[in-house]
Amino acid sequence: MNRVTEQPIETDKMVLNFGPQHPSTHGTLRIIMELEGETVTKATPEIGFLHSGFEKLGEDLDFNQYITITDRMNYLSPLCNNVAYALAAEKLMGLKVSKRTEYIRVLMCELSRIADHLLNVGMLAVDLGAMTAFLYGFRLREDIYDLFEIATGTRLTTSYTLVGGLMRDIPDGYDKAVIKVLDDTDEVANEIETLLNKNRIWQDRTKDIGIISKEDAISYGISGPMARASGIDWDIRVNEPPYSSYEDFDYDVAIALNGDVFDRYLVRMEEVRQSIKICRQSLDKMPTGDVSLDPDLGFSLPPKDEVYNSIEGLIYHFEVTMPNRGMTPPVGEAYVPTESPNGELGYYIVSDGTRTPYRVRTRPPSLMNYSIFSKLIEGHMLSDAPAILGSLNVIAGELDR
Amino acid sequence: MSQETLISQLKEKFPEAFLDITEFVGEKILHLKSQNILLVLTALKSAGYNFLADLTAIDNLTLGGFERFAVSYHLLCHETAERVTVKAYVSEEKPTLPSVESLWKTADWQEREVFDLYGIIFEEHPDLTRIMNPDDYEGYPLRKDYPRLGRKERDDFPVVDRGIQKKKPLE
Repeated sequence: MNRVTEQPIETDKMVLNFGPQHPSTHGTLRIIMELEGETVTKATPEIGFLHSGFEKLGEDLDFNQYITITDRMNYLSPLCNNVAYALAAEKLMGLKVSKRTEYIRVLMCELSRIADHLLNVGMLAVDLGAMTAFLYGFRLREDIYDLFEIATGTRLTTSYTLVGGLMRDIPDGYDKAVIKVLDDTDEVANEIETLLNKNRIWQDRTKDIGIISKEDAISYGISGPMARASGIDWDIRVNEPPYSSYEDFDYDVAIALNGDVFDRYLVRMEEVRQSIKICRQSLDKMPTGDVSLDPDLGFSLPPKDEVYNSIEGLIYHFEVTMPNRGMTPPVGEAYVPTESPNGELGYYIVSDGTRTPYRVRTRPPSLMNYSIFSKLIEGHMLSDAPAILGSLNVIAGELDR
Repeated sequence: MSQETLISQLKEKFPEAFLDITEFVGEKILHLKSQNILLVLTALKSAGYNFLADLTAIDNLTLGGFERFAVSYHLLCHETAERVTVKAYVSEEKPTLPSVESLWKTADWQEREVFDLYGIIFEEHPDLTRIMNPDDYEGYPLRKDYPRLGRKERDDFPVVDRGIQKKKPLE
């Protein structure tokens, strides 16, 4: 780095409050930084501004009601949260969902991954001054959200899964709409990489910034694309089958070796391409069948059509939803890890055999990924803070719960 | 080494630490006494369980268990892709157990969270302060005897008086 003067200019220590309201925190995070000149010597993150007691709330809501709460955790990819929670509840109750349910879940998760990664890359770019890449990504994200709206009825608070199935099937002709968006995604991914990959300013701002070593990544519990950017060959979709039929698909796991901001960006872009591949395969191979379990088992809600138009459907609906009836899981506990766009999203459900879980714990990838921040920023310039923070993809709703 | 043999070896090595070993939906759960937790986790880490995926606690007030609180550790072995759950039981009178921050740095924030929400004290933790709630918060919200519903806690907060008369709380 070229300095204007060879002699360092001596300055007093300065304490800087970064956040809670700062454009590049994308949420409410506060970092107390000690600066010497422009170099950060110590950073203390303070979290908890968005703490809303979701885990306590889970002890009062039944298994299907809690799915609406999982939407609010990682609000960039709510479908991944829905699926993760449903998988945990199904493992606890020993339910096996239909193949079509699993394929639709895979399709929705991968679309969420594309949206999440494009937004993250775009936000990282806009924090570093590259507006164009952000606009490309954000426009496409709207198209993907439109797809979610077609299938689930809402853009963000999807609540698409139920324990033992899905809220509703995807509509006819959905595959055509998805394929059109996937074609656009291919183009947008190419455009973003053309804009950024060989951009001198981009490389200067991201290369060798915030390097996470392999050992640190394991010690700090870092998972997902961040761990893979540090050379850890670990993807729950591949390494821990069975996981919602992911073993039926053919795709690669993106890995980088340097572990800096640039590599995390590259891994995310490659994951977007691989997700496109998985989406196309899931549409091609989409099995036919039901998306919910037989209501006779007493776990899944009957289709709304039957509830409104037949007395049997209404009775089944009440059997599941009434406070003194409802599903009765066995006494026990289940921890299910899933590969969310941020990393290992786990749900740990302890049941005492009643209709509400005894304890619902979310293993939030953001919390573990963010805990390394103070180590990463030390010794870097203040202007690198948005770059590192952006590459961690901290979602405050999930971080604080 | 398979998981079964590893667990039986551990049981031979630390017979006083184990309370029980159970299995539920294909997951092994080791129930341990809290004072031996650091030794057993060190042995597990050196045996390949190198990744602490999750650290949390459960209040066994109405569920029943060996003690009031259980601190559960979810470990992952990257090599064999196996997971194991370790539960350390902590009593209500003396809710302390050794910190595992020296083994995994990720335990730092997660133990702070457990301390914040359950009031379980981790010995030799570098900075055991509240993480989610404000520092002057009273009570431990995830304990089962902390009410989920009701207006008691809300009424206990200091009210910024803007000259409007405060309504009497409902009886």
